[in-house]
Amino acid sequence: MVKRQGSVMSATYAHAPGFVAGDRPKIVTSRFEFADSFTLERYLATNGYKGLRAALSRPANEIHDDVKSATVLGRGGAGFPAGTKWGLTPQQVWPKYLVVNGDESEPGTYKDRLLMERDPHQLIEGCLIACYAAGLSQCFLYIRGEMALAQERVAAALNEAYAAGYVGKNILGSNFSVDIILHWGAGAYVVGEETALIESLEGNRGMPRLKPPFFPAVNGLYGQPTIVNNVETLANLPWLLCNGVAAYTAVGTKTSPGTRMVAVSGHVKRPGVFEIINGTTTFRDLIFGEEFCGGIRDDKQLKAFVPGGGSAPWFTADQLDLPFEASQVGPAGSMLGSGAVIVMDETTDIPAAALTLTHFYAHESCGKCTPCREGGTWLERILRRIVDGDGTDADLQQLLEVGAMICPGDFPHAANAQLGLTAVPFPYKMTTICFVGPSAFAPVHSALTLFRSEFESRVTKRVTIPVTAVSTAKTVMPVGAH
Amino acid sequence: MSRLTDKNSVIAKEIIARYPRQKSALIPLLHLAQEQTGYISREAMVHLGELVGVTSAEVYGTATFYEMFRFEPIGKYLVNICGTMSCALLGAHELMHHAEKRLGVKAGGTTQDGMFTLAHAECQAACTEAPCLQVNYRYRLRVSTTDLDKLIDDLEAGKLSEEIPAHGVLAKVRQHIAPDRAVGAVAPELVSEAPAWLNGKAAL
Repeated sequence: MVKRQGSVMSATYAHAPGFVAGDRPKIVTSRFEFADSFTLERYLATNGYKGLRAALSRPANEIHDDVKSATVLGRGGAGFPAGTKWGLTPQQVWPKYLVVNGDESEPGTYKDRLLMERDPHQLIEGCLIACYAAGLSQCFLYIRGEMALAQERVAAALNEAYAAGYVGKNILGSNFSVDIILHWGAGAYVVGEETALIESLEGNRGMPRLKPPFFPAVNGLYGQPTIVNNVETLANLPWLLCNGVAAYTAVGTKTSPGTRMVAVSGHVKRPGVFEIINGTTTFRDLIFGEEFCGGIRDDKQLKAFVPGGGSAPWFTADQLDLPFEASQVGPAGSMLGSGAVIVMDETTDIPAAALTLTHFYAHESCGKCTPCREGGTWLERILRRIVDGDGTDADLQQLLEVGAMICPGDFPHAANAQLGLTAVPFPYKMTTICFVGPSAFAPVHSALTLFRSEFESRVTKRVTIPVTAVSTAKTVMPVGAH
Repeated sequence: MSRLTDKNSVIAKEIIARYPRQKSALIPLLHLAQEQTGYISREAMVHLGELVGVTSAEVYGTATFYEMFRFEPIGKYLVNICGTMSCALLGAHELMHHAEKRLGVKAGGTTQDGMFTLAHAECQAACTEAPCLQVNYRYRLRVSTTDLDKLIDDLEAGKLSEEIPAHGVLAKVRQHIAPDRAVGAVAPELVSEAPAWLNGKAAL
């Protein structure tokens, strides 16, 4: 359906729920308009596997150089350039593996699932280009367990691509041979962390490994050098190889070239997933722009927003004019993360909103590191009793003290003119192996720093109650297997 | 009878052969066992241990880490209502309360007729379409309480059995690699040199 929003055109498609196309460059969503975009027939009719052919027509090292000079940034969360990452593997150790991270589960994030469901061949082609360029001998494509349709579409696409000679032995008749193995998870957020993903792929409990020595590029899957790349990152490669480095870097900025997929959810008029121009599009464009979300629902006031997935410290209206550019968002106190903006309007109950995220991370803690396993749970329990009206005046300080045991020192936060706050830049220091622990604290810290009065008004008791081993919560949510 | 069937054992062996280490196949095989029975029995875990060469305790250790695996029978339809932030901001808790009333069970519970298990779920990657839920991992988006009632009615009437298979079945298409197209598992001990195409020349 194509609609005119003010002076701009935007289109939505029943077959791609959430996705909103606009009059902008389309690097990874060019086929989303077609209902049959996941088939080999449609893919081949729309430049499919031409990037692979272009890549195989040149020496592998040149393709690696192209990806380096295009500065294809990782779209999973950390934003590390893919070409540089590929170059970190040792030169004399073989075989090397590619593990594709399709375990999308960061709160607010909805893009990799769309890319897998709507254009699985584009992802497969991206995997092949990466394996060719970086000399990776086998590829494992790890899809989140809960995504049945994505698994189905990728399986069907792989079957088609194998039969047509694009994957497997002697690809397109060349000496390039690689298998892509579809693998799927079974429900564990922490497996999105790359060393946990590797543990899970080895058939183990998905707990992160200590770095060093387990930097995947050096010591990853089966102890071999392993590249872990996000779905969206790899989906960029076919277009890059078809159109060249200059065309790729002509979109976006020098440090953040190309586009990126961003999901905007919460209290906006038209939530959606957009392929935006990297580096220049601002949060104001996204939340208020007519071609994007069109403002806050019912024309209410913006209270706060999460700029980069549930792990990211929150922003308020003061940060609306920041662009999607890591070198500006980091110093401003947060991160771009996984391309997920969650918007809260003036009616939002801030402690309750923070609780949904802290509950998530406490629930998803794998239990390996004590500060996360215990601290995350403490944060959730204290926050829950505040939300339930059973909090004490000591609880607010206790939240910060527990948080400081997970993240010592000043926790990143945004500047706020009204509160007289100056920004503390991202990232934080941490006492845990991975980011799940700090992520449990991030919403608590942001909410308490920016909206302390809402907590104070919820604290009714002026006595100290110790944290109990058994939750006394009124609104118990069941906690699962771990 | 809860060991893998002969047919599923063949599928299991095909999956195992793709990996350089057999244990890597464990999670896909646990899904296969759950697909067969709706949950994972002790006998199935013993069988999987035999297939991949680890103890049944190791199989259990892996299986219990992951939320999708169930170790006792649950409802034919697992209704997972997302309660994470984007959905919570747009009425997920109200939706859960409504579902609890409609089904007569609390989150985590199974209806007496064995048709439905209701569960609170975490972020399902459909945040722009809040509030969302999954039935046996098939999405329903922007779900109102009326939509939920209709969904339950339709499931009870068997109208969605084509689209939504019983609990345990995920993708309805399996990967199959024809032997003449397969490179085969690339195990660390089998390879010590750079791949053939890294010879400084174009592959085509």
